[in-house]
Amino acid sequence: MLDSKIPSGPLQDKWTKHQLKLRLVNPSNKRKYQVIVVGTGLAGSSAAASLAELGYQVKVFCLQDSPRRAHSIAAQGGINAAKNYPNDGDSVERLFHDTVKGGDFRAREANVYRLAEVSNCIIDQCVAQGVPFAREYSGYLENRSFGGAQVSRTFYARGQTGQQLLLGAYGALMKEVARGNITLYPRSEMLDLVLVEGEAKGILIRNLLTGKLESHAADAVVLATGGYSTVFYLSTNAKACNVTAIWRAYKKGAYFANPCFTQIHPTCIPLHGDYQSKLTLMSESLRNDARVWVPQKAGDKRPPSQISENERDYFLERKYPNFGNLVPRDIASRSTKEQCDQGRGVGESGLAVYLDFSEALQRLGRDIVQDRYGNLFDMYAKIMGADPYQEPMMIYPAPHYTMGGLWVDYNLMSNVPGLFVIGEANFSDHGANRLGASALMQGLADGYFILPYTLGDYLAGCKPVDKNLTQYPIFKEAEIKETQKIQRLLAVNGKQTVDDFYKRLGKMLWDKCGMLRTEKNLKEALDEIPAIREEFWRDVKVPGSGDDLNQSLEKAGRVADYLEFAELIVKDALHRRESCGGHFRGEFQTPEGEAKRDDENFCYVAAWEFKGVGSEPFLHKEPLAFEEVKLAQRNYK
Amino acid sequence: MNKITLTLKVWRQKNAKSHGRFEVYKLTDIDTAMSFLEMLDVVNENLTREGKEPVAFDHDCREGICGMCGAVVNGQAHGPLRATTLCQLHLRHFKNNQTIVIEPWRSKGFPVVKDLVVDRSAFDKIIASGGYVSVRTGSAPDAHAVLIKKDDAEKAMDAAACIGCGACVAACPNASAMLFVGAKVSHLVLLPQGQPESEARVLNMVKTMDAQGFGNCSNEYECEAACPKEISVKNIARLNHEFRKAQIAK
Ligand SMILES: Cc1cc2nc3c(=O)[nH]c(=O)nc-3n(C[C@H](O)[C@H](O)[C@H](O)COP(=O)(O)OP(=O)(O)OC[C@H]3O[C@@H](n4cnc5c(N)ncnc54)[C@H](O)[C@@H]3O)c2cc1C
Ligand code: FES
Repeated sequence: MLDSKIPSGPLQDKWTKHQLKLRLVNPSNKRKYQVIVVGTGLAGSSAAASLAELGYQVKVFCLQDSPRRAHSIAAQGGINAAKNYPNDGDSVERLFHDTVKGGDFRAREANVYRLAEVSNCIIDQCVAQGVPFAREYSGYLENRSFGGAQVSRTFYARGQTGQQLLLGAYGALMKEVARGNITLYPRSEMLDLVLVEGEAKGILIRNLLTGKLESHAADAVVLATGGYSTVFYLSTNAKACNVTAIWRAYKKGAYFANPCFTQIHPTCIPLHGDYQSKLTLMSESLRNDARVWVPQKAGDKRPPSQISENERDYFLERKYPNFGNLVPRDIASRSTKEQCDQGRGVGESGLAVYLDFSEALQRLGRDIVQDRYGNLFDMYAKIMGADPYQEPMMIYPAPHYTMGGLWVDYNLMSNVPGLFVIGEANFSDHGANRLGASALMQGLADGYFILPYTLGDYLAGCKPVDKNLTQYPIFKEAEIKETQKIQRLLAVNGKQTVDDFYKRLGKMLWDKCGMLRTEKNLKEALDEIPAIREEFWRDVKVPGSGDDLNQSLEKAGRVADYLEFAELIVKDALHRRESCGGHFRGEFQTPEGEAKRDDENFCYVAAWEFKGVGSEPFLHKEPLAFEEVKLAQRNYK
Repeated sequence: MNKITLTLKVWRQKNAKSHGRFEVYKLTDIDTAMSFLEMLDVVNENLTREGKEPVAFDHDCREGICGMCGAVVNGQAHGPLRATTLCQLHLRHFKNNQTIVIEPWRSKGFPVVKDLVVDRSAFDKIIASGGYVSVRTGSAPDAHAVLIKKDDAEKAMDAAACIGCGACVAACPNASAMLFVGAKVSHLVLLPQGQPESEARVLNMVKTMDAQGFGNCSNEYECEAACPKEISVKNIARLNHEFRKAQIAK
């Protein structure tokens, strides 16, 4: 049975009361415990630093050459908090409310409430670290708005909020490295989770420079390995993002929750060629001042300047007068797709809509627009070779974030004791759709203010592990298995490159399990995935050897995992016979084309248990109860 | 769609110990909308199909923010375009039939790992020696307890924008890391937070910088010219100033 361990009592008191109940580890005993943290994004860095400050011995692993380069660095727009500095009616309650509703009622109330509760401490902490948030002339912090909210609660540092927050957390991490409480293992890839008597007590990693496999034991393992949007091949995520760490943990018994809840971001730079390696996000913050439109007439190929006001359709403003251009992402993305499908898309491919600043440029002047969005405008200009100060940007939706992830309880522990999962890698707080500026908030809430308490409670109940644990056969077996797998990948020596398979898988998944999902398409995908996987293992070509830096081999391993994982996403999407948030099933929509939930049958978290590659995974259901926010059809009109 | 033909001379080196050499690859009719790294992807796909080892190069975000990518292109760190990382450089900035020479960062502080990949862990060591405010989780006062002038916050942000790519070192004839260190020292010294540590910070960071084998600044300004985030050499002046102040205070 899945026990979410949500504390009893009124929502507002749950976390406070729970903290009091959590057991503590005596200060002098803390250093006897070893904790592994995999990942150095906002979640991993903040957790590792905080745990080390408490006195635990921490080992930290990441793929990049430096922890500062984790994908969190790329977050642009901002981070939410319920400070209510603008005095526009915000509160913990409202942030909680917006997040539950934004997630289309598929997240746990208790988790979301806690998230909103600790949000303010995050801003305090980051300011104290020297994060240079935007300020007003008065010296006070400035806020902006993001989608799905009618208050301004987003703090930001130009278009580089993620960078600045991560550099803050990275600084905290390096401070503990200098003090000897953290040992850093960059350019390391976790390939397996090792269980001892059913509890997570170590990991197997590959040193990406030498190719050597290394075992590391610990009293608890924390996965902060980010999201899996790159399963679609093209996404806004960094190239190294992957599902490998959590997938391998899944194969060791951790449940995977809501894998089909993936977020497609409405404002990304459109596709331009088959060699394209990634899609670039244009931050949601742009929708504060830009207006989205298409020509009213299908097939109108005139340049935007020649299309007069009354020939334009500002479709978001028209359809959702209350939220206008600031509707949540899933709604904006779907509306965009709808316009393009009806032939009103612009650009060469017809797969784009305009994001137009001309009104804002007139109202605010170029300087203010540049101040707010300058780096995004520059990025757009570099990629597209066009000047967005002169002509509207062109945008199209792209895979961006994954709400699904490993299942965790209220303590952020998976069903495998000792395995904690934080940040984008877990499933916990965003339901079926994440609101903008909430991922940074969640990653840092998990790492700074939740995990350090809940992990202590787990450790308080265990004795420190044997120092020679890595010599146990269980670790050796993992090493042998992984060595064989790597040898197998290198030995296929077929004709197609890893990217050949990766692009094929990604495109197929995007077409059949992207913004619009139907039973027919999903079933086709379920036929195709095993076929591609089989072909991969028969015909992939991985050059080089396993004994040094081999980026093709790294990618091959990750793509091999995606070829298994994709099946789970599709199965989850097929089983969920309703539309909610980013999961849109064509068969289930309201007459106006909005997502139609089925609360009677699907108001639960789907947590899947591994039963073998190609075998049916077992579905565990965690029912969701909404006591505070009334279940209702979302309405942004 | 514009197409061009390019000749690439790419540095190939198996590992830190082996000698490297240039190899020549020809690319015909490639789309100028392609990014520089996508061009390297194409080279690598071709090499893989020919049964050869692809060119190792670091990259991740491909949007100019993670600081992972970088190479010296025709003698310039990150290539010819100002304020642009290699991943944000597009082929429309090259001419048809041009030859492009691609090399790794070359500096004592950044040993070559393989092909275009170098070891920049020295930067992490410098940060570990003091590039932060030592505030423990949970001990922060309310964010509005201390006000900061907008102008100071903006200047701090200008310096904090550093992505740690190492282009400044690669571009400097002395392989100096002063811009990198100056940027971090400036970011923190411009803000009220962390002032009690500011002297120790600058002394320790400079000490580590020297120990890692980076050279001294002789005002060539190549670092600023190569910096994809246009970090100003004023930060080096501030670093020198803070360093002297701290030495006197010691
Ligand atoms: C372009 C972009 C802009 C965004 N803007 C915003 C925004 O404005 N506001 C907001 O709230 N959210 C934003 N997001 C979302 C947000 O950035 C992410 O959800 C968040 O940063 C994830 O943080 P994380 O710590 O969970 O993981 P990540 O930052 O992805 O870090 C993952 C870490 O795990 C490591 N890792 C992964 N696999 C392995 C393995 N097998 N072995 C070892 N290490 C591994 C990586 O090296 C890395 O260190 C944005 C996302 C994108 C793509
Ligand atoms: S790949 Fe991230 S800066 Fe170039």
